[in-house]
Amino acid sequence: MKAVITVIGKDTVGIIAKVSACCARYGVNILDITQSVLQDYFAMVMLVDISDCNIDFSLFIDEMNKVGQEIGMDIRTMHEDIFNSMHRI
Amino acid sequence: MLNISDILETINMIREEHLDIRTITMGISLLDCASDDMDKLCNRVYDKITSKAERLLAVGEEIEKQYGIPIINKRVSVTPISLIAAPCRQGSYARIAGALDRAAAETGVNFIGGYSALVHKGMTDSDRALIDSIPEALSITQRVCSSVNVATTKAGINMDAVILMGSIIRQTAELTAENDSVGCAKLVVFANAPEDNPFMAGAFHGIGEAECVINVGVSGPGVVSSAIARAGDCDLSELADIIKKTAFKITRVGQLVAYEASQKLGVPFGIVDLSLAPTPAVGDSVARILEEMGLEQCGCHGSTAALALLNDAVKKGGVMASSHVGGLSGAFIPVSEDAGMIAAAASGALSLEKLEAMTAVCSVGLDMIAIPGDTSAEVISAIIADEASIGVVNGKTTAVRLIPAVGKKEGDRVSFGGLLGEAPVMRVSTLSPAAFVKRGGRIPAPIHSLRN
Repeated sequence: MKAVITVIGKDTVGIIAKVSACCARYGVNILDITQSVLQDYFAMVMLVDISDCNIDFSLFIDEMNKVGQEIGMDIRTMHEDIFNSMHRI
Repeated sequence: MLNISDILETINMIREEHLDIRTITMGISLLDCASDDMDKLCNRVYDKITSKAERLLAVGEEIEKQYGIPIINKRVSVTPISLIAAPCRQGSYARIAGALDRAAAETGVNFIGGYSALVHKGMTDSDRALIDSIPEALSITQRVCSSVNVATTKAGINMDAVILMGSIIRQTAELTAENDSVGCAKLVVFANAPEDNPFMAGAFHGIGEAECVINVGVSGPGVVSSAIARAGDCDLSELADIIKKTAFKITRVGQLVAYEASQKLGVPFGIVDLSLAPTPAVGDSVARILEEMGLEQCGCHGSTAALALLNDAVKKGGVMASSHVGGLSGAFIPVSEDAGMIAAAASGALSLEKLEAMTAVCSVGLDMIAIPGDTSAEVISAIIADEASIGVVNGKTTAVRLIPAVGKKEGDRVSFGGLLGEAPVMRVSTLSPAAFVKRGGRIPAPIHSLRN
């Protein structure tokens, strides 16, 4: 099972470090990282594998939200199916 | 592999353009709750709803979190109460509304629909008892929604019921006068009412439906409006294509949520309703879509054509995105629930007559419109008859949800708060249709209803 983590906000030092540390802590494997710009904001998109996540996916979402609050960025952790269903026929 | 621009497009729709799932509505059959004992009936109704919908709120919130998509409302619709209360001959049906209200509060849903009667051809004693109890039921409950179907393309228009509803709307307004007549915001008079509509106030669980079913209503006027803005100066064929593509994407999310909710609750999936449902929030308006297409303000000439294009493109885009499409499916134009409509009505750009024309090409009808508090029951009945005619002759659903704001006159404002929004009181012709309306009887079904 895969999920997409998007981090949106003002670019600062250590974003990837903090997000990936949280992934590592809960056994979430990072498959791909891309950076882009969304309406003048820094946007990082991370594809992760949550099959071996050692806590419930909804708790992992809570943990990621906490990281977002710490670094002052909008972090969204979403099951990949929402993107697949919207953009693939 | 997912494309980053696709991912960011979805995120942007949710972050900036108000993409959400408007409602997950669980339809529950109450046919097995019928009883000739009012106490027993109320207990059965309460028990059945609270047990079937026990996990609805929790599952809705779980899906919301997992997919990162807001699900604004979780709701319940039930079998029209006039059917299950028919054996009962004791006291007012409003007690059943009380049981529905308590069940809704217990399960945490914000509205429960189905305090309804289907009287398009005639009225049973039970239908009459239910309709008579509507003003009381809506004044003593918070979450109960009521609807009455007075016409179908097959049966024509039951004018006796139309006359009655004019006076029921007035009584409801008076009984809830201290709250800007909010009771009327929860009362819909339908022609060709769908049995699987997930949207309030008109949702009920039709008799052709299963024991329990999940229906989902999508939304997304803001997403469509932004897509049109990005397209810039293109012709209307291109514009229709853009709307179709956007509607497809929105509906796919609705289909995903409907499927997940159905799996998690162990309840069959019914339909996805493809409606563009506005909210009073800025950037979530159907009127603004029409203005984005190039109208100076919603209500000006061209509004009907623009809305027709929008409504058709939404359906064409959405229909391939879902395995079962149903409900109302189209664009909603409720005045008090749409920031652009409120502005257009307040500035005088949008009249009741123009709204009526617009309802011929979209779902649903004259919706959430505040009218002067002294509007007579006959005028309200005549408005219902006009609107029902549009539905019956065009083979589509139409509805009337008018709020005669007691003590207010043209230009005053009513405010309901939350999703119900606020609205200026609009002008209504004061010429009397009373002699026509009072003839009663039935307006026969149109010739094209004879399709066999």
